[in-house]
Amino acid sequence: MSIHFTEDHEWIAVDGDVGIVGISDYAAKALGDVVFVELPDIGLELDKGDEAAVVESVKAASEVYSPIGGEVTEVNGALEDEPAKVNEDPQGDGWFLKIKISDADELEGLMDEAAYKTYCEGL
Amino acid sequence: MTELKQTKLHAKHVALGAKMVPFAGYDMPVQYPLGVLGEHNHTRAAAGLFDVSHMGQCFIIADDGTFVTAAKALEKLVPASIQDLEPGQQRYSQFLNEDGGTLDDLMISRLGFEGHTHKLYLVVNAGCKDADYAHIQKHLPAGVKLDVADDTLSLIALQGPKAVDVLARLNPAVKNLVFMTHTDLPLTNTIWVHISRSGYTGEDGCEISVKHDDVEALTDLLLAEPEVEMIGLGARDSLRMEAGLCLYGHELDPSVSPIEAGLIWSVQKHRRSADAGYLGAARVASDLADKTTKRLVGIQPEGRAPAREHTEIQDMDGNVIGEITSGGFGPSSRGGAGGPVAMGYVARKFVKAGTPVQLIVRGKPRPAKVVKMPFAPHNYFRG
Repeated sequence: MSIHFTEDHEWIAVDGDVGIVGISDYAAKALGDVVFVELPDIGLELDKGDEAAVVESVKAASEVYSPIGGEVTEVNGALEDEPAKVNEDPQGDGWFLKIKISDADELEGLMDEAAYKTYCEGL
Repeated sequence: MTELKQTKLHAKHVALGAKMVPFAGYDMPVQYPLGVLGEHNHTRAAAGLFDVSHMGQCFIIADDGTFVTAAKALEKLVPASIQDLEPGQQRYSQFLNEDGGTLDDLMISRLGFEGHTHKLYLVVNAGCKDADYAHIQKHLPAGVKLDVADDTLSLIALQGPKAVDVLARLNPAVKNLVFMTHTDLPLTNTIWVHISRSGYTGEDGCEISVKHDDVEALTDLLLAEPEVEMIGLGARDSLRMEAGLCLYGHELDPSVSPIEAGLIWSVQKHRRSADAGYLGAARVASDLADKTTKRLVGIQPEGRAPAREHTEIQDMDGNVIGEITSGGFGPSSRGGAGGPVAMGYVARKFVKAGTPVQLIVRGKPRPAKVVKMPFAPHNYFRG
């Protein structure tokens, strides 16, 4: 399993051809209290960079973009009743969706954990 | 780009770890480390302290030293009845343009302190204050003066069920105020304030006008009380939305009359005719008579998805009937369970509570219904 980050603060944990997608600790803190998460339909085909989900905090709505292309195979339905999981454990229980990766080469150009940490420190 | 202005508490906000954002020309705290949700809930449960020093404070005073001269002058500019204000009484009203559109909304108090009961004290919105002062100045007759106090006075608000308990520790006389009354009193041996039992959260509490030189000391004194936390603009917005209170620039703008905005309660009965003698009176009267104009309503989305400002409102047949003006999450709505809340304008025939409507959120129609406001019960102290 490897974890990668985008400049828009999504993460993807990759195991074989399955990726789990969520938003980073940094993003969850910046958003503040999450009150609603809109998840995509299962089976939706996403290109890298497509809007995959919407996360709403008390203040505003923010889009979550797919870090990679592929088909949505599962969504984290628990977020429907407990959106606060995104704040409590953004890089664990607060995951958004699973995607069947169509082209693993698209992972290139994403940041590893160390590079992402440096990136956030520069913001 | 013009430099953002700062209130006298700016350094304190920063020191407390607030996230600062530009608002109405000021660099203001949107939230503190407690977070918007925590600050909202704290205000509903205990006492929240707000820096609202960006708002405009001014006095209207007649040269002849009488209240009636000042009151008559202000009555030309607002729908509210002013001449019948008792010393220490406060009223909410609006400045209207000639077409009856809303230029700003404001609080008006007749001072209650002996020797000063001829003075009117006004609090106006930060984003409108310069235009308001010009508007007042332009329309005041000779012999009545506008005295802008923004160079000398700060404004803070302490809101929540414990707010008056906290203030009464400093001066028990605060308890004698009831909702929408105003007085002048000392909170310490040296700090005198204008104080009113009013606010913008739906909770009991006070708004406190205090000299720039004293505001930091007073803030420190209040923050030292265990019930008090600083609250930012984020929670201020969710609190006022749940309370069903209008925000200028959202529910109110120069195209909207106070009648459309559901503010008829702020227009006393004898001020509702076209010849009532204030700017915009004809529109107020015609909007009262004309059942076709739009009205502001509360809207409760079904499900959990908030509908934000500018969301289109449709009837169940897909016809556009209005637009959301404020929308978000109301943590104390639905009996405390929390959920999305919104306000918006709809065509007159859709105003009845319970009317089903659809909100177009991210391209998809979502069910919602028109509901009575407030979304969380008001807890005003009426004596």
